Amino acid sequence: MLSALASRFNLLKQFRQGNFGDAVFKILAYFFGLFLLFITLFIMYQLLFQGIPAIREFGIGFLWSTEFDPVQQQFGALQFIQGTLVTAFISMFLAAPIGIGIAAFLVEIAPERVNRVVGFLVEMLAAIPSVVYGLWGIFVLAPFLRTYVEPWLIPVVGWIPGFEGPFRGYSVFTASLVLTIMILPTVAAISRNVFQAVPRDQREAMLALGSTRWEMFSQAVLPYAKGGVIGALALALGRAAGETMAVTIIIGNARRVFTSVFDQGATIASVIAGNFTDASGGVYISSLFLLGFVLFILTLSINVAARLLIRATSTGPTNPTGGF
Amino acid sequence: MAAGQLESGATASDRRRKLMDKFMTGVAYFFTFIAIAVLVWVIAYVIVRGISVWSPAFFSENTALFGDGGGIYNAMYGTFVIVLMAIAIGVPMGIMAGIYLAEFGDNRLGDFIRFIADTMAGIPSIAVGLFMYGLLILIMGWNAFAGACALAILMLPVVARTTEGIIRLVPGEIREASLALGLPQWKTMLRVVLPTAAGGIITGAFLAVARAAGETAPLIFTILGSNFFNSNPMEGAMAAVSLYVYQASSSPYQAVQEAGWGAALVLLLFVLGLNFIARAIAFTQKQN
Amino acid sequence: MERNKTKEQTSKEKATPKRESQTEQRQAGAPMEHTAQSMEVNGLNAYYGGFKAITDIGMKIAPNKVTALIGPSGCGKSTFIRTLNRMHEVARGGRVEGEVLLDGVDIYGKNVDPVQVRRKIGMVFQKPNPFPTMTIYDNVVAGLKLQKRHKKGELDDIVEASLRQSALWDEVKNKLNDSGMSLSGGQQQRLCIARTLAVEPEVILLDEPASALDPMSTMKIEDAMLELKKRYTIVIVTHNMQQASRASDYTGFFFIEDMGEPGQLWEFAETEKIFTRPERKETEDYVTGRFG
Repeated sequence: MLSALASRFNLLKQFRQGNFGDAVFKILAYFFGLFLLFITLFIMYQLLFQGIPAIREFGIGFLWSTEFDPVQQQFGALQFIQGTLVTAFISMFLAAPIGIGIAAFLVEIAPERVNRVVGFLVEMLAAIPSVVYGLWGIFVLAPFLRTYVEPWLIPVVGWIPGFEGPFRGYSVFTASLVLTIMILPTVAAISRNVFQAVPRDQREAMLALGSTRWEMFSQAVLPYAKGGVIGALALALGRAAGETMAVTIIIGNARRVFTSVFDQGATIASVIAGNFTDASGGVYISSLFLLGFVLFILTLSINVAARLLIRATSTGPTNPTGGF
Repeated sequence: MAAGQLESGATASDRRRKLMDKFMTGVAYFFTFIAIAVLVWVIAYVIVRGISVWSPAFFSENTALFGDGGGIYNAMYGTFVIVLMAIAIGVPMGIMAGIYLAEFGDNRLGDFIRFIADTMAGIPSIAVGLFMYGLLILIMGWNAFAGACALAILMLPVVARTTEGIIRLVPGEIREASLALGLPQWKTMLRVVLPTAAGGIITGAFLAVARAAGETAPLIFTILGSNFFNSNPMEGAMAAVSLYVYQASSSPYQAVQEAGWGAALVLLLFVLGLNFIARAIAFTQKQN
Repeated sequence: MERNKTKEQTSKEKATPKRESQTEQRQAGAPMEHTAQSMEVNGLNAYYGGFKAITDIGMKIAPNKVTALIGPSGCGKSTFIRTLNRMHEVARGGRVEGEVLLDGVDIYGKNVDPVQVRRKIGMVFQKPNPFPTMTIYDNVVAGLKLQKRHKKGELDDIVEASLRQSALWDEVKNKLNDSGMSLSGGQQQRLCIARTLAVEPEVILLDEPASALDPMSTMKIEDAMLELKKRYTIVIVTHNMQQASRASDYTGFFFIEDMGEPGQLWEFAETEKIFTRPERKETEDYVTGRFG
């Protein structure tokens, strides 16, 4: 087995030639390359392993139970899956037009110098730590929304199911808005790369038919870049689903199913972060681990889908940080 | 006839198209404006609120989560130590992984690991925190080293992929010239390729560090937070600036919330500063 | 029916002898109506940022004729042809001085909309560039759909007529709903020509349309061109001397004196004259293949 491996990588040959340095170099490089793979699998394993007591206790029903009662030691995941998906999708749908608009501005409208400066500023938006967004969200944005937005927003949308009831500062809605800001750079940066990868001749073909710039963008650039943009949105969705600190601070951590986005709620990440220090006892902690595992699988599958989409549709290497 | 038709708005449909074009251009400007306005709003607000808290005492006292609040001395020490350890662990490993991807990764295994690295960059940091808790804290108790390991894991894919990209940019002739002189691959890498690529790799490392420095979620599960000064990274709970901001945000004490703004400003300047440095290095690198 | 009415109206409006003769040439059944127009270029300079690419170009482009532009690479032929429908300014730093008249009206005039200019002066590019996400049918009507709503039957007619004129109809009539990318390179280029024809321009600019194609496809495009000039004014950039001498009525020879200098229109005359008794030595050297 070992020798088969060694011969596969030419190691024996290098050793025979007395080229120890290169053989060691190769082994080290492979080791750290494989370490990336190993650590990912190990994280997944560890979360599942620590979650075993909870699985024993609740079985697969954990996923669709909405119980969360530390006193009775009853735990479920459904309301947190709800919170995670709702906040992630709201923020993705809000960030999509804005991020694509910014990317379109950068690629199709802005001159080179403006492009660089604005690109840098949008990148700064991504650099601000999550916890700072949380602090700002709860002490600045939430009061702002209550004072200036709620009075006219509630009469307009208040009758729609899912938007009923009084607006609280700590709410699913506020958390979703902050998430929107946080994932905006991801959408904008990747969309920008994808738009830039659209060949110039596609744009020229549309312009030469007598199109306006908007028609060129909407009918030649956007269809061409569609896959990559969807990938960017999926990546942003994954980021929003896994985002922890800002949401934990803002969403209110109400551990129940919510019926209105103006109500308080909790996401998987926020319930883990918010309850971890209180968690005592095997099943409680184990349930948090199991929630972590669910979140890991959720974001992993979103990310895999996103990467596959981006890889299939954009040219050039994709920046793993989603940066410019 | 042609004269009229070359002008804009000759027909109703032309006018409508022109209007749509103007409108959508306006929308693009507006969205860009929103993003910049939010950026300015957040940063300006943190600066204004934070600077009013800053005082010599703020930087020399330990944190307090009750009453009149306190300083962030121990938290700054914690962040400094944890980030430094995370760099020591994460950057070399990331660079090695990047070398693997660039030098030996042109096959299916390499593609797969590249893919894993990209997906790993999107894994929630809280999952890594939980992982570290299960792996180290349950055995060792709270300690800063585990926190640093968690941050290092978060840095890994970023450093690895940047390093790979930069190494691939090193011209083949430079490498071939060195190999032709009879230098083995590893020496070529160490003495020729890496020095050439150093600027880019450092840029990537700085960006990864900036990201890690602002991370909070993994620290909840590893260093817990503390109101005391703990110099030993291998044992005992520790404070960190990001973690303190989180704790202050949920404090009922007005003074603690104020201290939170002061800490947020420190964190913001630190992270943005690292980003600026990374940019500056990349820029001077490009000039050469 | 409606389209025929418009045709009558417009030809009444501007009943010049030239256009009437053209109306006679229209093929029966073709649902298109065309009015080829002349162009005139005076004192034209074009820049990329600070770099002057062509200088002081003056040229009269005759209606219903093929005007070929030849010359060594990098001498500004492509830049020049792109100034004729304001595509030059799309490139970063693209800037133009001088005037380009379409039937007497300066397309760089103050109130002129580049969108309208490009609708009247169509362009086919060097590399075939069909829209990959669209079907063959949708590619042809892409430009039409920008302007106004058309009835389905109307569109069908235009698609058929455009594809017939670009000599592609017989090859694609049974697969109009396939992707434009399913075609061969030569077919894709003729699809791009059909797409340009569908918006009924008055002038068609072709920027080395056959440079990426095999000889058979090149022949087909040349044949299509001979048909097309009955209805359109055509300007073509080509590297292929035979193509210029075979297919064009007028030829302009572009030349660049030195590296870094702007390109100039070195000589412009009837094609026959350029190829048999050119007035300048460089032209003769070029057309006889002594350089370039």
